[in-house]
Amino acid sequence: MSDEHYDVIVVGAGPSGNAAAYTMAKEGLKVLQLERGEYPGSKNVQGAILYANALEQIIPDFREDAPLERHVIEQRMWTMDDASHVGMHYRSDDFNEEKPNRYTIIRAQFDKWFSRKVRDAGAVLLCETTVTELLRDSNGRVIGVRTDRNAGKVFADVVILAEGVNGLVGQRSGLRKEVAPDSVALAVKEMHFLPREVIESRFNLKGDEGVVIEAMGTITKGMTGTGFLYTNQESISVGIGCIVSDFADNETTPYDLLEAFKNHPSIKPLLADAECKEYASHLIPEGGYNSIPELVGDGWIVVGDAGQFVNAVHREGSNLAMTTGRIAAETVVWLKRRRDEMSKANLTEYTRRLEQTFVMKDMKKYRKIPGYLHNNKHVFTLYPKLFTNAAQSWFRVDGVDKRSKEKEIMGSFRKSRSVLGLVGDAFKLAKAWR
Amino acid sequence: MSSVQESAMRVEEKLYQNRYLVDAGRPHIRVLPHDKPSKALLSLTHTCPAGCYEQNERGQVEITTDGCMECGTCRIVTAKTGEIEWNYPRGGFGVLYKFG
Repeated sequence: MSDEHYDVIVVGAGPSGNAAAYTMAKEGLKVLQLERGEYPGSKNVQGAILYANALEQIIPDFREDAPLERHVIEQRMWTMDDASHVGMHYRSDDFNEEKPNRYTIIRAQFDKWFSRKVRDAGAVLLCETTVTELLRDSNGRVIGVRTDRNAGKVFADVVILAEGVNGLVGQRSGLRKEVAPDSVALAVKEMHFLPREVIESRFNLKGDEGVVIEAMGTITKGMTGTGFLYTNQESISVGIGCIVSDFADNETTPYDLLEAFKNHPSIKPLLADAECKEYASHLIPEGGYNSIPELVGDGWIVVGDAGQFVNAVHREGSNLAMTTGRIAAETVVWLKRRRDEMSKANLTEYTRRLEQTFVMKDMKKYRKIPGYLHNNKHVFTLYPKLFTNAAQSWFRVDGVDKRSKEKEIMGSFRKSRSVLGLVGDAFKLAKAWR
Repeated sequence: MSSVQESAMRVEEKLYQNRYLVDAGRPHIRVLPHDKPSKALLSLTHTCPAGCYEQNERGQVEITTDGCMECGTCRIVTAKTGEIEWNYPRGGFGVLYKFG
């Protein structure tokens, strides 16, 4: 493979790499995609929810053959303490539409499907190939990559780095700084199998309808993080994640945290009698807008998790990955057509285009949230307890009159956080949210 | 014994579900020789989601990479202290997720 020259090399076959490779191959570019796993998806982990809109922009008829699990008709947002949860649920028959908006998926299967589309579009995929470094010319311009496959070199006009959150190639080549432990979350997850009828009766579903639960509270033992539970056709994905620096500062192990979450009285019955078939872990970039690295240079572009493109507040990532992959690819196709070189100045068109999309707009909107959560850990400990205690006091009928109950609830808030503290928290959150 | 040991047993049960292609004799992560681990290195004994890190009787931290899920947590936690050497396994080796 040493003398081959491609228009573009894509490093990685996850959502961003596949979106990029597909978009360019479809437009006739000579694309080489390199993946270190035995098959695309073999190294990838996600909850996982697929946001239809981002994929529709790339493969409009994906619903015809993509391995989709369930379309989401109900979202449960839970605030949990050790024995209870208060929830906000939204369920709507409107989500039973002809072209549903969100689906649960199983990533290894989905990535295989996406990769098949990429190859059908004409890209060359090499699996079991780890990229070890970028190759540069005497001016420092990236001209290709070195791989561990017979120490092979391969050349291209431009390299798209879709190498994920733990992207060693770009980081070791000095394209971006090391990921900071406080800007990345470690998530662990298990796949629990149950007959589909059991899942449907347990979650009040019919056919391919699905439910997702996102949870926060004392389940993360004071660390910044969230838990989740998603229904698939014949399995349930359950997991929990916290910021890496919080894990390092605490004694809790990720698997003990997951066990405790699974054994929470609100979660345990949902998983009863299920058979666990896989345990997985992965990092999630959660540093937000302020941790986005330099995205382009002479001969290279960064997309997806490698660029920190995750909206942690809304649990969105794969859609940002696909969108950044697509837009990077469209930029390369555009430059190629104009016979322009893949210089930093020209590739900056990618970031200009990104600014016009939801990707950069949302990243910017929530730029202060990571800092807010990092510095206000009581959001994960104190408030869940206050809310659940308030709910219990309110709903328990025990001969105490309602005015006294109201007083007790308000008093508990004031006592544990003071009026100034409460107003301050609300104000800071509103400011970070803006 | 201690709760750490109990959970270490449990994580092995979890990892038993997974498929791996182990690159025998070529571990992709190495703890560099040290007398006393830093706080960061020591924290890996509970932060690693696969429980790959253990403290030996001399207080040094050791790694067995067989159950590694290649998440990179240990690399990021010790990036500043430089106590471990981290590479991805050779192409095709390591964890093979069926579901992911």
